[in-house]
Amino acid sequence: MTSTELLLQQLINAVSIGSLYALMAIGLAMVFGILRLINFAHGDLIMVGSYVTLLLMLLGLPFLLAAAAGVVASTIAGLIMERVAYRPLRGAHEIAMLLTSFSVTIFLENLAIILFRPTSRAFPAPAVLRSVIEIGQLRVAGLDLIAIIVAAVLLLGLTLFVRRTNVGIAMRAASQDLLAARLMGINVNKVIATAFAIGSFLAGVVGLLWSARVGKIDPLMGFNPVLKAFVASVIGGLGSLPGAVIGAYVLGGLEILLQGLLPSALTPYRDAFVFAILIALLLFRPNGILGSTEREKI
Amino acid sequence: MLKLETVDVAYGHVQALDGVSIEVRDGELVALLGANGAGKSTTLMAISGIVRPRAGTLTYNGVDLAKSSPFDIVGLGVIHCPEGRRIFGGLTVLENLKMGSMRRAEKQGVRKDIDWVFSLFPVLAQRRHQSGATLSGGEQQMLAIGRALMAEPRLLMLDEPSLGLAPLLVQAIFKVIRELHHRGVTILLVEQNVRQALAVADRGYVLSTGKVMLEGTGKDLRSNPEIEQAYLSAAPGARA
Repeated sequence: MTSTELLLQQLINAVSIGSLYALMAIGLAMVFGILRLINFAHGDLIMVGSYVTLLLMLLGLPFLLAAAAGVVASTIAGLIMERVAYRPLRGAHEIAMLLTSFSVTIFLENLAIILFRPTSRAFPAPAVLRSVIEIGQLRVAGLDLIAIIVAAVLLLGLTLFVRRTNVGIAMRAASQDLLAARLMGINVNKVIATAFAIGSFLAGVVGLLWSARVGKIDPLMGFNPVLKAFVASVIGGLGSLPGAVIGAYVLGGLEILLQGLLPSALTPYRDAFVFAILIALLLFRPNGILGSTEREKI
Repeated sequence: MLKLETVDVAYGHVQALDGVSIEVRDGELVALLGANGAGKSTTLMAISGIVRPRAGTLTYNGVDLAKSSPFDIVGLGVIHCPEGRRIFGGLTVLENLKMGSMRRAEKQGVRKDIDWVFSLFPVLAQRRHQSGATLSGGEQQMLAIGRALMAEPRLLMLDEPSLGLAPLLVQAIFKVIRELHHRGVTILLVEQNVRQALAVADRGYVLSTGKVMLEGTGKDLRSNPEIEQAYLSAAPGARA
């Protein structure tokens, strides 16, 4: 394998994993932008969708149908989460909301442990997701390709949504000045529910791709993705949607880069190196890549 | 008609409004005057449903505003243009105006009103695709008023529209306020610029530390020696 091919190979890996982080980070960023809530329970929506998909597959449904139902389940779970856990806290302190998101996580994860047993289960992805396409010396996993394409389509759709539709513009307005948005008669509850619905839908999609990638699912599977998504949105600038996407690809790139560069004795500590670099980055740009450098307005 | 009867509002232990009774009849321009911390902005916030009164009644044409959401209150045509402009800096001028018309269904009327706002503030037309954050302070104030007008106000509440503006811009803003008044829009105007406000107002109220100290016609208040007194009576260092 030539060095160009190796580079291309690693680039595809980086973009693929970055795409998953990006779809997750957007969900976090949308909600944070409006509510200043870091919804750590966002990761558990991945778990909900994956388990629903797996159960339906075990019941004999074809993969695509089960997957669609899983994504719908994630979306509904996100909407219920907003309505039951977060809407009653409107106007509450950020710490109260953060603690609530931890409670939601603990609740959902333990519910899953009771319902499905704590150990992991195999997630039988269909053959097309496990295929490998060979282009010359290049071996591209079908899953990577699908992740990249799916993310590109969803990101494009999302961009059109927040730029062109009234609800999308209202969402940006609400994230810039919630009080002014309320005074202008923007239905803030609807905007927030929409943000949750979109984020949860994306989490559902990520759940499928993630589960197919790992090959198994377990009740705590949402923790790692939400942590990565959180880091990605901090790198990009918390609350900024373009920032979340950029941060996600930077994070994906760093991970793959270090995976390749580190001596094999150190690769188990890859994440430690990744985070060290990120801490250094935040020292220079405390508000992230796209975060505003001006001081918070009073 | 807007009617506040003995309204109390408190933030924790701080009593912001203490038995405030105010009336704004249809077609009137009423000025709400007072020093920093007198409760002017709080009065507007209570009317638009952002803060809830602890006691008293707040009605607009018989509808209980204390039980209505800000969303519903905007639907009644009671529009609050807040202090400090609070335009959406990341949205373009046109998008900001669109956000003012979120509760309206008819597209034609909205388009007509955008043209109307641009005729009131021609500079906004030139900047229609610029983001709000790139506008000057005066332009932002025009955008804030324009955005509020897009909501088809029957009662327009303006909170300190002239604050921090150069004298020429203050004149321009007050010219538009007079024009809106002539068009029949009911206006509740909060101002620190007493002279200007009383020059255009039909009636006025003077608030001090959460209470109505004085009320009367614009003309009466202009010639009232107590006016100065009322401003000076606010506690030093009190903030709005």
